[in-house]
Amino acid sequence: MLLEADDIHKRFGGIKVLVGAWLKVPERRIIGIIGPNGAGKSTFLAVLSKFIEPERGRITLFGCNITPAKPYQIARREMVRTFQVPREFGRLTVLQNLLVAPKNQAGESVFSAWLRWSRVQAQERLLAEKADEVIEFLNLETVRNLPAGQLSGGQKKLLELGRALMLNPRLLLLDEPFSGVNPVLIDQIIERLFELRDRGLSLVVVEHNMYAVQTLCDEVFVMAEGRILTHGEPRAVFNDARVLEAYLGKDYGSPAQN
Amino acid sequence: MTAYLAAMLILAGIYCLLALGLNLQWGYTGLINFGHVGFFAIGAYTSALLTTQLAWPIPAGFLAALILAGASAYPLGLVSIRLRTDYLAIVTLGFSEVVRAVLVNERWLTKGTQGLSYIPRPFGQLPTGLSEIAYLALVLGVSGAAFWMVRRLGRSPFGRTLEAIRENEEAAQSLGKYVASFKIRSFVIGAAIAGAAGALYAHYINYVVPEQFLPLVTFYVWMAVILGGSGSNRGVILGTLVLMLFLEGSRFAKDFIPFVSDVKLAALRFMAVGLGLILVLLYRPQGILGRKDI
Repeated sequence: MLLEADDIHKRFGGIKVLVGAWLKVPERRIIGIIGPNGAGKSTFLAVLSKFIEPERGRITLFGCNITPAKPYQIARREMVRTFQVPREFGRLTVLQNLLVAPKNQAGESVFSAWLRWSRVQAQERLLAEKADEVIEFLNLETVRNLPAGQLSGGQKKLLELGRALMLNPRLLLLDEPFSGVNPVLIDQIIERLFELRDRGLSLVVVEHNMYAVQTLCDEVFVMAEGRILTHGEPRAVFNDARVLEAYLGKDYGSPAQN
Repeated sequence: MTAYLAAMLILAGIYCLLALGLNLQWGYTGLINFGHVGFFAIGAYTSALLTTQLAWPIPAGFLAALILAGASAYPLGLVSIRLRTDYLAIVTLGFSEVVRAVLVNERWLTKGTQGLSYIPRPFGQLPTGLSEIAYLALVLGVSGAAFWMVRRLGRSPFGRTLEAIRENEEAAQSLGKYVASFKIRSFVIGAAIAGAAGALYAHYINYVVPEQFLPLVTFYVWMAVILGGSGSNRGVILGTLVLMLFLEGSRFAKDFIPFVSDVKLAALRFMAVGLGLILVLLYRPQGILGRKDI
């Protein structure tokens, strides 16, 4: 397993947001997390990436216990997350946004910036080549040199994905990659995500768009009220009475009325 | 006249240093430092004390000023990680006032409100006019070096990450950036530049008293940075020059404006500065040379 989370609990004030949530992410798989609003999906993702501290539970990444890790340490362990509302670096260009991401940049040291400029520049050229590959992969060529704040919602989602890819992750956590994205672009993003899986990445996708979930995911975890209700192949899960009940309420969910 | 001009340019150069330091902290990193004058004061007093009390050579005093001002920013930088921007503003403002209170009260060290005098000036043995010009060259040299250093940082991956942190701290974290380290380094370097400005100021004026280090200095620097354009190094230099030109030039305005007493004119100057700042914020919020916001 690449990522394993066990018995995760979290409360905000008196409200129990996560009650024993769990997850297993094998290699080369696209895992979906679905559930009605307020089920705790985004909180779960934030806990997995350590942006939120769980009260109880254990998270293991590539066999290492990352429960006590800080958010910035997670990205260095080849797992990168994106955000539900895109968090682009608005005044930096698309290219610069991508160039921020790579780790171990010589030019991030003050003294290298002052005294070893040619080395910094050599590395910059290599990174720019890589960034241009990512830009091409995500069809962002036309906006390469625009400030990221000027992009459309869908382009910002792509940019966040691209920024994450600059870190060569083995595992991506995507928080609603299709929200606010126009339908034409959705198929394009799905195609890209498949390509990433074929390259050997695993993905965890929190998503509302059922079409995207059904097309994309190898396995779906359904959350409701902070618990994992059920999990399995998308088709099986969507026909599960408990899932319909969680989404639509008891009366509509009961098979008798279908 | 030459001496007056040189004196003005020396002060302008010192303010340029302050503006460059603040630009790194605020323009690039988004840290609201309302206590810039505190580091300026630490630099001034450090070099003044070491060169007068311990008879250190001036360059050593200058270096010590730079290092001590930078080091004093380190604990504040640690605080800044945990504080949202506006709270950092309050803490830094408090810091600079604490520095001033220490300068007033620790008389055994600072001679209190009486201040320190007879601070040696480099090139002081040269004839009057020439000495000023030599000092001006020194100030311009130091400002030029600071300009180069801040600009280089701004164009490096280091500066790019600072800007990323300014734009969205959590996103920077999600990419594995240890935000604390970047913020602290930005804060310390900006403060060290202010410390250097302080040393140059002390050795030029030849005496230091706590009154020279009121929060007003901080806000002059802020005005210069906002006027010129946060994040643009050429902009903040230009902003400093425009502000200094106005503050100095308006002293002569009374020759041209009849029926206004000196007191009223002084008040009018500040009103004009305030009005100018409001107009800039309304019609050109990015400053004269600043990049446009989204």
